[in-house]
Amino acid sequence: MLRYATSGLASASAALGLLVAVALPAPAQAWEPTKPVEFIVPAGTGGGADQMARFVQGVVAKHNLMKQPMVVINKPGGAGAEGFLEIKGANKDPHKIAITLSNLFTTPLGTGVPFNWKDLTPIGMLALDQFILWVNSEAEFKSAKDYLDAIKAGDDRKFKMGGTGSKQEDQIITVALERLTTPKKMTYVPFKGGGDVAVQLVGKHIDSSVNNPIEAVAQWRAGSLRPLCLFDAKRSTYHEKVTKNMSWSDIPTCKEAGINVEYQMLRGVFGTPGMSKEQVAFYVDLFRKVAATEDWKDYMEKGAYNQTMMSGDEFVSWLEGAEKTHRDLMAEAGFLAKR
Amino acid sequence: MEDIGSLMGGFAVALSWYNVFLMMIGILLGVIIGVLPGLGGANGVAILLPLTFSMPPTSAIIMLSCIYWGALFGGAITSILFNIPGEPWSVATTFDGHPMAQKGRADEALTAAFTSSFVGALFAVIVITFLAPLVAKFALRFGPAEFFAVQFLTFASFIGMGRGSAPKTIASMCLGFALAAVGLDSVTGQLRMTFGFTELLKGFGFLIAVIGLFGIGEMLNSMEEGLEFKGADGKLRLNAVLRTWAQLPRYWFTSLRSCLIGCWMGITPGGATPASFMSYGLAKRFSKQGDAFGKGTIEGVVAPETAAHAAGTSALLPMLTLGIPGSPTAAVLLGGLLIWGLQPGPLLFVEQKDFVWGLIASMYLGNIAGLIVVLTCVPLFAAILRVPFSIIAPAIMVICAVGAYTVNNAMFDVWVMVVFGVIGYTFNKLGYPLAPMVLALVLGDQAESSFRQAMLISQGSLTIFFSNVLVASIMSLGLLMLFWPLIGSLLGAIRSAPRNVAGAAEQ
Repeated sequence: MLRYATSGLASASAALGLLVAVALPAPAQAWEPTKPVEFIVPAGTGGGADQMARFVQGVVAKHNLMKQPMVVINKPGGAGAEGFLEIKGANKDPHKIAITLSNLFTTPLGTGVPFNWKDLTPIGMLALDQFILWVNSEAEFKSAKDYLDAIKAGDDRKFKMGGTGSKQEDQIITVALERLTTPKKMTYVPFKGGGDVAVQLVGKHIDSSVNNPIEAVAQWRAGSLRPLCLFDAKRSTYHEKVTKNMSWSDIPTCKEAGINVEYQMLRGVFGTPGMSKEQVAFYVDLFRKVAATEDWKDYMEKGAYNQTMMSGDEFVSWLEGAEKTHRDLMAEAGFLAKR
Repeated sequence: MEDIGSLMGGFAVALSWYNVFLMMIGILLGVIIGVLPGLGGANGVAILLPLTFSMPPTSAIIMLSCIYWGALFGGAITSILFNIPGEPWSVATTFDGHPMAQKGRADEALTAAFTSSFVGALFAVIVITFLAPLVAKFALRFGPAEFFAVQFLTFASFIGMGRGSAPKTIASMCLGFALAAVGLDSVTGQLRMTFGFTELLKGFGFLIAVIGLFGIGEMLNSMEEGLEFKGADGKLRLNAVLRTWAQLPRYWFTSLRSCLIGCWMGITPGGATPASFMSYGLAKRFSKQGDAFGKGTIEGVVAPETAAHAAGTSALLPMLTLGIPGSPTAAVLLGGLLIWGLQPGPLLFVEQKDFVWGLIASMYLGNIAGLIVVLTCVPLFAAILRVPFSIIAPAIMVICAVGAYTVNNAMFDVWVMVVFGVIGYTFNKLGYPLAPMVLALVLGDQAESSFRQAMLISQGSLTIFFSNVLVASIMSLGLLMLFWPLIGSLLGAIRSAPRNVAGAAEQ
């Protein structure tokens, strides 16, 4: 009912907008939404993608960046396949966009659900989410090397790695780590969400996690978790103290610790198939405006995001590279769905 | 005592005119959201979240948490009047609430439901006020094995409550488990039983199934039985509230037990829905009038409502102290905290005292305001049953369809709801109980993943369920519940045996 109320209001303001448009002819190419924009989240409520989408929605409303409202809708079914298929099926609908996470690549590869990012219209990359290797602060491991050495020295599958979902980013990183501890493996335990994983680690039900910064930062600040290394080529650029004596930039990269594993997760935006250039340009511009706000900068820092923004050809070639990386990693781990 | 001072400070924050105004708005919106099936608390809060970004964080969370309280209250209304649970946690309320309405005692059922909700919430808020840091640590002891033990206990305490034959109960439960398994298997990442239908990727939504099984099923039954509401002729008496209150103290022990179950399930994020089922099951098991359950006894309304509210309220505690949401609505609120620039987690109580205590104070005030609002409306709600069936039935059908659509914005779900309606009707006709199926549908998925996570951790050894005092005692309690009927009759046999011998000797 509430949704109808807002959309009623929206169509009223759209009608008003139309009147203005008739009176004052706008520049020919500019396109603007004429009804509320659905922002689809192919993941559940409360996760990183959901938080970001709702944050964008809030920023758009607060700074009046769009005449039409933005409505966030969660479509988490089938590891996000539900959301992607909805976008794929909404041919040329300019009022539907989706935020993506790594399941853009992993879900079709792992489950065989028929879609590919090439079916959608790439709009842009908002940021890259980092991954950090965490252990409980009471654990004896002071560095990533200590931990990996312990895995090598211990019984096979003795150490338990918790992560979000199965055959998705967290397990892909786990498999990449296991290449360095052969023949010893870890036991990967899948949970529903990143927050759960962090709490299971605090409760010592698992030995380590590869949580995103924003999922574990609260427990880190409270002194319950210890970051061992960051899965990126370079250290974080945030120098502000997060805990009493450490900032994000104080966390060493895994490479520094002799662990050659890098992984980042796309936080990108995609449109429906066949979206026109003008429509894509509108959204690219919208997200630039969002990124220019102070709110966004604070949010990026809080979650230690890698602030890389891309659109157009640059983004497409990044996507091609990322797809290949995922296919290789998943093939190696034996995660590809049987056709 | 420092806490009392902080709480008083919190009341000062929450009692500003602006915040009280937001509180009332929140409660009213919440009741509406709770009444409309499908548009659950989580959806309602999510839709309204962006509106609050320009408010101060404390006012924003006061309004949003009041929507949550309102939705908790509102869920009971349609359950009792039309057998349509507005929220998953009010399913157990239909078991006795609706039969009461059919007997013309809708006003009593509503009053009992609202009052017990209030009692449950109040108990949980008091727990939060005084035990927050202590209780938060307890939640950390719950790993996969402990979660499975809790879910096992829920099933065990609920088994045997079906009045039908045991094979029918088991068949119904197995069908529920099968339906719960549809969709993505979270442990292997494979799709199960979707048969290539992309609509089935997300599995069967609990709310959609319940709207169909209970709401549509009930409508079909009523149509067959003569196009009118049973109980519509019940006299509308304005003293319903006082009359019901006079009866409630008798059930103080059920209330207390339900409060404890609710708090426990809310804190160890088990959730309000399992809490309500477990509480109902236990109340039936231990009540002196256990046979009256399911036919319309007040105790059967008190137990699930108290537990659901205690759980719903205490679910906010792990969110604030640990940053883990105890319910879907809490998950959305958690996102809100981040956007307002607050970091939920262990340090929130230290760094944002005003916010935390303002929120806790608003829990007291919001629930009192909520109780007053809904109790004054009891005669109004009960009067709905006097509207002719031919007018209200189509309206209910439409509300059901809209509700099923709203859950995922998918037309497919409306058809699923209709199919579940036919299943519900058929089950009724054939004497299969619906409750075990619903329970399996809501908990099957969670129980399965907890069990398999525990098996991964222990590398396949079942001893993990007895590996520490906590999990072993929950598990033993569950086994005791499961075999209680057997144990009970054995004990009975032993007790009566000497008497028989004595009797034989006299003859």
